[in-house]
Amino acid sequence: MSEVPPPPHRRRAHTSTRDLERYAGLFAERTTVMRSSAMRDLMAVTARPEVISLAGGLPDTSTFPPQSFAAQMTRIAQNSAAEALQYGPTEGFEETKDCIVEVMGAEGMLVDPHDVIVTTGGQQAIDLVSKTLVDPGDVVICEAPTYPGAVPVFCSYQADVIQVECDEDGMRIDKLEELLGQLAGEGKRPKFIYTVPSFQNPAGVTMSLPRRQRLVELARLHELLVVEDNPYGLLRYGGEPLPPLYQLDGGDFVVYIGTFSKILSPGIRLGWAVAPPPVMEKIVLGKQAADLCTSTLTQYFVREYFAEGRWRQYIEDLVELYRSRRDVMLEALHEHFPAAATWTEPDGGLFIWATLPEYIDTGDLLAKALRADVAFVPGQAAYIDERGRNSMRLNFSGVNGAEIREGIRRIGKVIAEQVELYQALTGEQPAAPRQVAAPDGADVLPFRKTGEGRG
Amino acid sequence: MKVAVLKGGRSLERGVSLRSGARVEDALGRLGHEVLALDVGADLVERLNSASPDVAFVAMHGVGGEDGTAQELLEILGIAFTGPAAAACARCMDKAQTKHTIRGAGLPTPDWFAFNETAFRELGAADALGGLEQSLGFPLVVKPSRGGSSLGVRFAASAAEVPQALISAFSYDDRVLLERFVEGRELAVSVLGGEALPVVEALPAKGDRYDFEARYEIGRTRFVCPAELSESEQLAVTEAALGTYRALGCSGFARVDLILAEDGPQILEANAIPGLTDTSLLPQAAEAAGISFEQLVEQILDLALNPAAA
Repeated sequence: MSEVPPPPHRRRAHTSTRDLERYAGLFAERTTVMRSSAMRDLMAVTARPEVISLAGGLPDTSTFPPQSFAAQMTRIAQNSAAEALQYGPTEGFEETKDCIVEVMGAEGMLVDPHDVIVTTGGQQAIDLVSKTLVDPGDVVICEAPTYPGAVPVFCSYQADVIQVECDEDGMRIDKLEELLGQLAGEGKRPKFIYTVPSFQNPAGVTMSLPRRQRLVELARLHELLVVEDNPYGLLRYGGEPLPPLYQLDGGDFVVYIGTFSKILSPGIRLGWAVAPPPVMEKIVLGKQAADLCTSTLTQYFVREYFAEGRWRQYIEDLVELYRSRRDVMLEALHEHFPAAATWTEPDGGLFIWATLPEYIDTGDLLAKALRADVAFVPGQAAYIDERGRNSMRLNFSGVNGAEIREGIRRIGKVIAEQVELYQALTGEQPAAPRQVAAPDGADVLPFRKTGEGRG
Repeated sequence: MKVAVLKGGRSLERGVSLRSGARVEDALGRLGHEVLALDVGADLVERLNSASPDVAFVAMHGVGGEDGTAQELLEILGIAFTGPAAAACARCMDKAQTKHTIRGAGLPTPDWFAFNETAFRELGAADALGGLEQSLGFPLVVKPSRGGSSLGVRFAASAAEVPQALISAFSYDDRVLLERFVEGRELAVSVLGGEALPVVEALPAKGDRYDFEARYEIGRTRFVCPAELSESEQLAVTEAALGTYRALGCSGFARVDLILAEDGPQILEANAIPGLTDTSLLPQAAEAAGISFEQLVEQILDLALNPAAA
């Protein structure tokens, strides 16, 4: 094929200071809460090939068989080229919804396809739910720490975000009840409670069954909506499966968000939301305004993929792969992290959350780590306030075992240097490893002490 | 003319550098130059040799590009380049060196102490902390000696906050400064070819300090250029900046950051390769002087090719 010359394009004039001021004057109020961050700039460095990045949240798509990909796309081209290239219904195709019903069924949920909308990734579902429910100043409750990608969404609708702390059993529902009482006293009613109950991003913890039951009860009692974001539910590497909130509640007060990103591909940008009909009606209108419909082509892709009937097997393969990577990471943490560090031991998902002595700011530590060619996500990204500064999120799904081991060794080394320096500065002896549960009111996720096995 | 734009690299300010570089490339293109964009890596010398540009535009910030390393290479290769020479870059990059040099030249800079990590690890410098904290007073500023964009800069309000601030600063460099905090107006004076451009004042949004985020995010900090200064203030500030520029041996351009305290200016640092992004101060100052970004870029090139003209 001959090389195609680039199309003619315009060169925009340079933005002058006056332009900046002029545009700044036009910006909506909500953009003032949309923040870029120093961290994002540091992340520009993680793109260097020599950096082992434990910072991503990427599934390993290299395991998807290319032949299978080719065969599916060929079938689409041969059988439904015109339809796959056309607009589709805003709610998504019935056939896509059938696949979704099947996936949710695999976790024990029974769903009416009419309650489902296909979205452009789970991220859009979070956005649409917020768009539908949140007025400026409305309270939205989420976990502390919470999924870093959800914070900017809530903030862009000017929600008043309140975080409820987590421990090893997920969100502290007792704290939530306290908060609800306090809010009621102020005459405030939260619009929804956002939670990732299984293998939480970033903490890797899973909400226990009693807490799930209590949360659903509370939602009913106060007629509040719970937004259950469940991207990793099927990626379980140990322990017994727990019923999703949606199943416990029956879908009256739980809005469910799912995605194909972690069980098939994030590149196809296919997720979904399940909501009671009145809420769904508004979500559909919001979706229409946002992008009319989700990519038809990738919906066909999913349809073909499910028709092959090997999707469960593929997830089993992923589970096996990620389980071994998680084990490698836990082993490496045990070997290379200092005694004063603690971390979660997730039963599934993609992340481990590690917490360091309080005097180490992981945002600054990242700069040092990058010089050692390794990256992680500083914990502050998962909080709306100053908390989480001494924690970090580590991903074990995106890189292979050897890299995980080496990456953790490098991080362990830079931490050890900081610990040693602190001791030299303060004359303090090495801190005793922190014991389990932090006292009430503790502002960081309490952890199992280093190396202690999970019962 | 064939111009190689050196940008990116491994420094923590890679992102800022890529933005500066892209903007410069664009301006060079408009000016009709042939542009060779180089994201600096292990193949830098090879690529420079094979392209043999007429001049190199250094748009790198932080360690590797602003500390004289890239400049040293360019000097060896005999390629003319923009901005200060290697030795001046090295002096600007290391704040401890900068401060020694300018104080030596009789210019005002806040009192400070500089420490290497080894001083704490091996020489028990921690025992000296109490004394110097007393001499500097609180709050004091703790910053990495080499580093830019306010990364790793911490304020310690009391002795108890010092160790943690040191740990943060040592994450960016193995040498840190403890500096007396000076209250006053935050000013930046850009110097182009030995002449001071209009002074920029940074007015951070309520409660914010002028930190990394405030620096690069549109709307976070309000800049006033030219800053409202009395005639005598203007004179003192400009003289301090030009004195700094000369004392450090800068050529081409540089930006001097200082605090205008009640009793006059106190110089904080000099930037050998000031940012050239949309929100950077040098382009704003040039604009206030009626110099467009293209003209600025062209002038910087001229200064690189005809240093005597400055």
